[in-house]
Amino acid sequence: MVESVRYRKERIDRGIKARTDTIYVLSSFRDMVFLFLPRFLPIILLLLLPFFVKGGYWEKVLFYSCMFALLALSWDFMASVGLVSLGQALFFGVGAYISGGLNYYLKMPIFLTIPVATLGGALFCTLLLFSVLRLRGVYFSMVTLILPLLFAHLIETLDILGGTHGLLSLTPFPGGWPAMYLAIIGVIVCLFGFRKLISEDFGLVLRGIKDDDRVVMAGGINIHWYKAQAIFIAGAVGCFAGALMTHYYQFVGRSVFALDFTVLPLAGAVLGGPGSFAGATIGTFILVPLSEALRALGGLRMALYGVILIAALVVLPEGLFHYIERRYHQFERDARV
Amino acid sequence: MEIIIYGITNSVTLALMAIGFSLTFGISGVPNFAHGAFYLLGGILTWIFINQLGIPYLFSAILSVIIVGLLGFGLYWGLMLRLRGLVVNEVIATLAAAIVIIEVLRYLGFSGFTYVLPEFIKGSVNIGKAWLDYQRIFLVGIGVALIIFLYIFTHRTRVGLSFRAIAQNERTAISLGIDSDWTAALSMAFGSALAVVAGLAILPLGSIDTEVGYDILIYALAVGIVGGLESVPGIVLASFILGFCQILVATFFKAQWLTVVTLAAIVIILAVKPSGIFGKYKELEERV
Repeated sequence: MVESVRYRKERIDRGIKARTDTIYVLSSFRDMVFLFLPRFLPIILLLLLPFFVKGGYWEKVLFYSCMFALLALSWDFMASVGLVSLGQALFFGVGAYISGGLNYYLKMPIFLTIPVATLGGALFCTLLLFSVLRLRGVYFSMVTLILPLLFAHLIETLDILGGTHGLLSLTPFPGGWPAMYLAIIGVIVCLFGFRKLISEDFGLVLRGIKDDDRVVMAGGINIHWYKAQAIFIAGAVGCFAGALMTHYYQFVGRSVFALDFTVLPLAGAVLGGPGSFAGATIGTFILVPLSEALRALGGLRMALYGVILIAALVVLPEGLFHYIERRYHQFERDARV
Repeated sequence: MEIIIYGITNSVTLALMAIGFSLTFGISGVPNFAHGAFYLLGGILTWIFINQLGIPYLFSAILSVIIVGLLGFGLYWGLMLRLRGLVVNEVIATLAAAIVIIEVLRYLGFSGFTYVLPEFIKGSVNIGKAWLDYQRIFLVGIGVALIIFLYIFTHRTRVGLSFRAIAQNERTAISLGIDSDWTAALSMAFGSALAVVAGLAILPLGSIDTEVGYDILIYALAVGIVGGLESVPGIVLASFILGFCQILVATFFKAQWLTVVTLAAIVIILAVKPSGIFGKYKELEERV
């Protein structure tokens, strides 16, 4: 009888990973680079990118990518509390309409409309979603899927806030740089801020709610209050993106509630790997430029987009970031069973 | 009188749109967000068979029902099986599949006045002040027949009972000898086939527009949620509530309010009683 030899994959931490986990990382420059390169490289890249794409089409694409990255980060933050949203367009649209409306009707200057839209919009969304915070899983997702559609139709039907035409000729940003850097710094602050926040005590409670909300309740913690706080934070980020976009294009219309602002961030987060925030950022920064490059395909663009999404779900269900992180920290070898 | 007649036909139309979706998502717990895409695809396939291949209407209708049914089965076996259990990923994957199908059809240009399916019988009849074409009468007949079929199917046959079993508790269903993957794939196939049947009944009333692929999904979702996803009486009641609301609103206000009413109904029901008017299984899971 032939004895079959079987192998299985074995994953082991790299030596350098083990060393950089402790204080001894300070003893070697190489170890320091290993530890800090992945953290500083994206910051430097993001801050330098506007110089390379200055003026022209790709500058707009970079700005666009930042908007979607902000929305993806806000989605990921809500998802890490167990609130899977299918309607980031709600936050985006509310922020956009508040800043647009304040600027259009009350002639408020730009440095007032954006903060007011960010905080006021977040408050509005939190109050709006407060009654459905008790819902779990798919039921919450469906509410968030419907709400932006409802708002878009209400604006059209009631003919308020500009109706189908939208609000035109809003105050633009002074020059291209402030908008671009507000967006980029927003992305960096959210990315690292969320990563920090989720590993603190506050984040521990949030992750606990995701894993088992009833156990957290049994621990004497008011989970609705925590969920409301999480929605406020995520909503502020989404509304900030919406307010920036409004002034960047000097226009706000019903399209801000469109499915794009839900599907694209979601796809980015799924491609990059949910739960890590870095994954959502990487995912959107791959997908948005890609989808712009595919514009030449015309109508097939959305179709190809769906194919990418399905392929990402099937081939790399853990997400790009988790895969890269694993390869960075560990090596694989075949071990005899 | 007109309101009653139009209300009834509108309600049955809604029920028809929702029936396949409810069978997959509601009764067996497999989210099939490609429902609208299959509805559209079925209509276009039938059109191609009739007008380009010259197959008689009845055969082309049966053929497209079978093809789309197999496609639904394939979507489950090829794609959803790998994501089983991750509900959100299942929703995203089927939504992505729907986008692929609809956008490819849009790219190929299957939209507009050229693409009209034949009515079963032409002509119309006058009841009171309301004009009713025969197609709508057939539609009501098909709707009623399908609802009765669905009720008997899910309450009396082995396959139908196993559909409900895997939605209630998959592990218990497996321990009782139900192959859950096979059952879920079958339910996808049945749901997709029913979407095509609905399409064949409804699409002749107008021309085929790729946009309906997305609209159907929203209406199906609305009916399913309002009535309670897993309940057949719920589908009937919800489509009558929504159908009459829509007609009343369209008669006394403006037609634009139609969609607002549908969407608002979903949000209100989800906020007040998420498992729907007749929903029972998920009452403990839906909220904390």
